[in-house]
Amino acid sequence: MLGGKALSSGSEKRSGLSEMKKKQGPPAQFITTQFNSILGWARKYSLFQYPFITACCGMEYMSAACAHFDLDRFGAGWTRFSPRQADMLLVVGTVTQKLAPVLRTVYEQMTDPKWVVAFGTCTVSGGIYDNYAVVQGIDLVIPVDVYIPGCPPRPETVLDGLLKLQEKIQHQEQEWRWKKRKP
Amino acid sequence: MTRIQKEARPDTMLLNMGPSHPAMHGTIRIMLELDGERILNSEVEVGYLHRGFEKTCENRTYFNLLIYTDRLNYVSPLINNLGYAMTIEKMLGVEVPERAQYIRVIMSELSRISDHLTCLAAMAMESGAFTVFLYKMKAREFIWDVIEQTTGARMTTSYIRIGGVRADLHADFDTVLKTAIVETRKVLKDIHGLLDKNKIFLNRTRDIAVMTPEDALAFGWTGPCLRSTGVYYDVRKAHPYLTYDRLNFEVPLGERGDNFDRYMVRMKEMDQSLRIIEQAAQRLQKTPAGVLAQAFEPAEAIKASRLKRIKGGVNLSPNLEGSERDKYPGILSADKSYVIPPKDDTYTTMEGLISHFKFFMKGNGIRPPRGEVYFSVEGGNGELGYYIVSDGSDRPFRLHLRAPCFHIVAALEQLIRGRYVADVIPTFGSMNMIGGELDR
Amino acid sequence: MEEKKTLDLLKQTFPAVVKEASTNLGDDVVIIDREGLLGLANFLINKPHEYTMLLDLTCVDFLGQKPRFEMVYHLFSLPQNKRLRIKARLEENDLRIASLTSLWKNADWLEREVFDMFGVNFEGHPDLRRIFMYDCFEGHPLRKDYPLRKRQPCIKFRE
Repeated sequence: MLGGKALSSGSEKRSGLSEMKKKQGPPAQFITTQFNSILGWARKYSLFQYPFITACCGMEYMSAACAHFDLDRFGAGWTRFSPRQADMLLVVGTVTQKLAPVLRTVYEQMTDPKWVVAFGTCTVSGGIYDNYAVVQGIDLVIPVDVYIPGCPPRPETVLDGLLKLQEKIQHQEQEWRWKKRKP
Repeated sequence: MTRIQKEARPDTMLLNMGPSHPAMHGTIRIMLELDGERILNSEVEVGYLHRGFEKTCENRTYFNLLIYTDRLNYVSPLINNLGYAMTIEKMLGVEVPERAQYIRVIMSELSRISDHLTCLAAMAMESGAFTVFLYKMKAREFIWDVIEQTTGARMTTSYIRIGGVRADLHADFDTVLKTAIVETRKVLKDIHGLLDKNKIFLNRTRDIAVMTPEDALAFGWTGPCLRSTGVYYDVRKAHPYLTYDRLNFEVPLGERGDNFDRYMVRMKEMDQSLRIIEQAAQRLQKTPAGVLAQAFEPAEAIKASRLKRIKGGVNLSPNLEGSERDKYPGILSADKSYVIPPKDDTYTTMEGLISHFKFFMKGNGIRPPRGEVYFSVEGGNGELGYYIVSDGSDRPFRLHLRAPCFHIVAALEQLIRGRYVADVIPTFGSMNMIGGELDR
Repeated sequence: MEEKKTLDLLKQTFPAVVKEASTNLGDDVVIIDREGLLGLANFLINKPHEYTMLLDLTCVDFLGQKPRFEMVYHLFSLPQNKRLRIKARLEENDLRIASLTSLWKNADWLEREVFDMFGVNFEGHPDLRRIFMYDCFEGHPLRKDYPLRKRQPCIKFRE
């Protein structure tokens, strides 16, 4: 749930990468793999977050982002209050049925590459609210990359989740403009 | 189609400050009808955090629904717990020991300080004063350290139980509390220096969104917002509960009812809360950290108790620290039907086991007599009231919360009419709207 | 002393409307006929009683009893420092009661909440529509016959 196990950099377990390599020769493979890692490194250390704050977890988000437990030292300090300028959607707090269309709209307004972090038990699975008004987990509405459980999660848990997301970003196949796309 | 879309004139602009907005403190939607920068009309739409609290509570036992009360006004969770516990105690007629009352007062005032710190930090941040936000968050961390040491959790604590509190104070409580008070006083002094005479802040808050006392009463405003208009009404003084009648504190009042007064009343209230905490902490008797003469491990104790009642204590896990049998008379009421028996007894005696079983078993537990009750405490925003109707079973028949910020936000449309768009932010910030309480 | 006077005065002034007036666990409760609500509220808001604050307005659903719904009002008088609870029963097939928006301004949103959650119609309310639930929601959630987990999603869910 909280991301996969640690993978070494340049791993060949990603199927997209290995297919691409089969088409190209060895020198091209080396360049694309390295470029992939560099791009992953750059993206993971400059996350621009969009905090979609609704409820109590917002307080722990504020604590995690401020002086005691700093999010900025992980590169994720810049909060961009516009979905067009952000690449990480941090859904903090309960999402109700009334708010679900808004969440979907905000997610669709974000440009690729984008990642979604479900912060708090209410976003993971509805939390303690199993009733007519609450969406039982935001993965019913948008795809989620990292789930951070807790009610509310301690700031250390948030930082752990952020590190797992950074690992995931490092090892995933990156998209860049001059990559040959499969027809 | 919302009301404002139907009523809008054709030559004006409609602006939506949507549910996901950094200054909207969670989720509220304000739709503005603008002529340039001036607001002609507005509509506030709430309900984006309606989590079905009241209906859920009808399906939970009185003991179990304590956790839902934490998440109402989530910046001052202990005050919600307190309100609920005291309502049930009023219905049952339970007497709480004095030590527990003082602990409740301290926790409640710490929550109130944390509430005011968060409210003003958000208001200042949205007006552009980011330093104020960071300083206040720093102070809040110290307060949350105290709360965490006593209750086990930083925010959603479920600490104040029916009949008393869950556990006694830690032996190091005084040191941690002193650090928190000193740091908070430092931060408050800094903020006074940064904002009180700051021309920019004054321009944004002085004489903006003025509320008259008559209007405030007609709207049902309570708490710091009402006191900023000059009306003296504080539930702690009008209908004293716990030990507030024995503590010395003042209730600050404002004069004009504008944003600046709401800010100032909150700052002064924090000073008064610190005063209350110091007095209450002095009156608490210091219980020395006792070393038990002969303490068994739980497995041994259970085995030994099969033959005869054991003498001596049980080494409970650190999670249960503070709730040992010898601490019980100070922290929980003596009436056994409303409190959980101490874990030492549950593990080792038959009576304890049966009491524990009967407390939690479906259909048993806390069963108030038929009837209804209303009780209110002074929350961070005003009068936080609980109205509970009981039908004699172990679940409430109806539980209704009198949310203070519901009435305060109802006046928002009137307050921002005729002002600029930029005035919405400090006005809304000074109202301290908390989504969990507003929408329940 | 004061509360006895208010309750007795109410019983004397509105003998047809007030069914019962008592003190229960320290709270004063007045049970009235729903037709007399506006007159009673007008009487209480003026001097000498000055119940200037409407603290709360809610509804309780007694499923199975007739009449089924009960409206509960909490008033507060600042000069006297006294609270008063007014209750009025409503029939299920005739779910309407006078609106208090002309006397207290927060009655606007409070009545919208009761309308949303229970379906009670308030006569004289300027803009009675849902406040917590969304427009495509059908039903009134806090009624006892509405199941707790009946969800009506606004958008199509994935998976």
